Amino acid sequence: MAPGATLTTEIVIQTIVSGLLMGFIYALVAAGLSLIFGLMEIVNFAHGEFMMVSMYSVFGLYLAFGLDPLVSAPLCVMFLFALGVATHYGIIRHILNAPMLVQITATFGLAIFLRSLAQFLWTPDYQSIPDPIVSGRLDLAGIFIGVPQLVASAGCLLAFGVLYLFINRTETGMALQATAQDREAASLMGIRTDRMYALGWGIGAACVAVAGVMLTNYYYIFPEVGFIFALIAYVAVALGGFGSIVGALFAGVLIGLVEALGGLLLDPAYKYAIIFAMYLAIVIVRPKGLFGRF
Amino acid sequence: MLEVEDLEVCYGDYQVIRGVSLHVAEGEIVSVLGPNGAGKSTVLNAISGLRPPRAGRIEFEGEPIGGRPPHEIVRRRLVHIMERRRVFPYLTVRQNLWLGGYNPAARDAREETLRHVYALFPRLAEREDQLAHSMSGGEQQMLALGRGLMARPRLLLVDEPLLGLSPAAARHTFEVLRRINETGVAILFIEQNVQTALGLAERGYVLESGRLVLEGRSGELLGSDAVKQIFLGG
Ligand SMILES: Nc1ncnc2c1ncn2[C@@H]1O[C@H](COP(=O)(O)OP(=O)(O)O)[C@@H](O)[C@H]1O
Ligand SMILES: [Mg+2]
Repeated sequence: MAPGATLTTEIVIQTIVSGLLMGFIYALVAAGLSLIFGLMEIVNFAHGEFMMVSMYSVFGLYLAFGLDPLVSAPLCVMFLFALGVATHYGIIRHILNAPMLVQITATFGLAIFLRSLAQFLWTPDYQSIPDPIVSGRLDLAGIFIGVPQLVASAGCLLAFGVLYLFINRTETGMALQATAQDREAASLMGIRTDRMYALGWGIGAACVAVAGVMLTNYYYIFPEVGFIFALIAYVAVALGGFGSIVGALFAGVLIGLVEALGGLLLDPAYKYAIIFAMYLAIVIVRPKGLFGRF
Repeated sequence: MLEVEDLEVCYGDYQVIRGVSLHVAEGEIVSVLGPNGAGKSTVLNAISGLRPPRAGRIEFEGEPIGGRPPHEIVRRRLVHIMERRRVFPYLTVRQNLWLGGYNPAARDAREETLRHVYALFPRLAEREDQLAHSMSGGEQQMLALGRGLMARPRLLLVDEPLLGLSPAAARHTFEVLRRINETGVAILFIEQNVQTALGLAERGYVLESGRLVLEGRSGELLGSDAVKQIFLGG
């Protein structure tokens, strides 16, 4: 129990609501990571930096043209899609058959590069967008919900739904799954698997960008901003099952709730410790994760 | 329709195929024989574009296809069904079949081809919505064949279609290959068992350590001492 707080029903509900709202954001970030891993068994260590770049691109468009995040969001998501595709063609394609350590250092190197670039362009300082259009808060019978938080969460959930339908209901989505399940067999069907990989990187980056641009309405922007989101996404992917998009959703929401309730019941300082303890417990009992196949 | 001449294929520095020539005529059914590790699969992989050859010429219907990527080759209706079936385990039977007709040359006729495949394999129609990995080995082999047929092949390369099947499933698979061949599709298949292979094929090639050691009509090969030596070790 956090010192000085009393546990009323309102506080508990309030906490659950905040946890859920955060959970949907974690879920989308994790889905992007899981998609890339499921496709080619490469962990994108620059995932958090993709998020950071999406946030700075919103910030940059604000500085340059005074664009509100609401306006620049679609542009920035498209930009990150392109950055994901470029990452595949520029880096990943060349290291597909390289030893795992090379693959790790390659995406890790990209992460450090992007962070340094952000520091160089915008300094390490915390930035924020003043007076975004999406602002204020709702009072629902004593439960307060920040409008930016609600919009971010709803946006992530919507993006998640679109991603799910794309993967499961479209021809290209099916080709993407086939490539993930057996690249050689897929190529014999006439699927251009290299393009599927590029598409996977584009979508993965776009997912984390949707979360990033939504966060700019209420979150600080700084070079390390992606770190904790990516860390939580790695946990969510392992928890939900490597390569499982649905698993990412459940794990993301679970982590959001555990984080919020843990912070309430114990101390906010311990919330990550609780998340990782839960992660370790589930991984020991069920190494494949909740929905995993690997 | 298929001409392979002096094919050489390497894995890294290790040369696996050391000058193999073979051909398949329109409508023919031909087998590739040879002990484990002889390089049979590698030859098919080179033809379908999975493993580009280091040297040699591959022609299909008069056009060079050596070194072209798989997605270009399948469009020419030269279709490869890999060893161990390789169905997409977490897609349904129907999704697997549908993807078989993904290439532009087969795409428009998919509904119709699918009906043919279901007529040939009623079992697949019954299991339409089942995930591929949950089916038996025999059913997965049917699915692999059906998925290959969805690409509307003129030449079908089939790698060890009987591997791991029960005798009943194996007989059924052979019967199906015969029927596919009777509809005018040429077939080049790999099989370890000489008797079985030559019972179905008109001609055969025998591969050993990456080289062609024998070729001929099935009747000749079955009676040959060399075949007995290679496969029965004396
Ligand atoms: N991906 C690969 N990498 C390296 N060596 C391989 C690979 N695939 C096959 N080989 C080697 O090539 C040789 C021929 O293999 P393969 O064509 O699969 O033989 P077969 O199908 O006749 O059993 C074997 O010695 C095998 O070990
Ligand atoms: Mg083989």
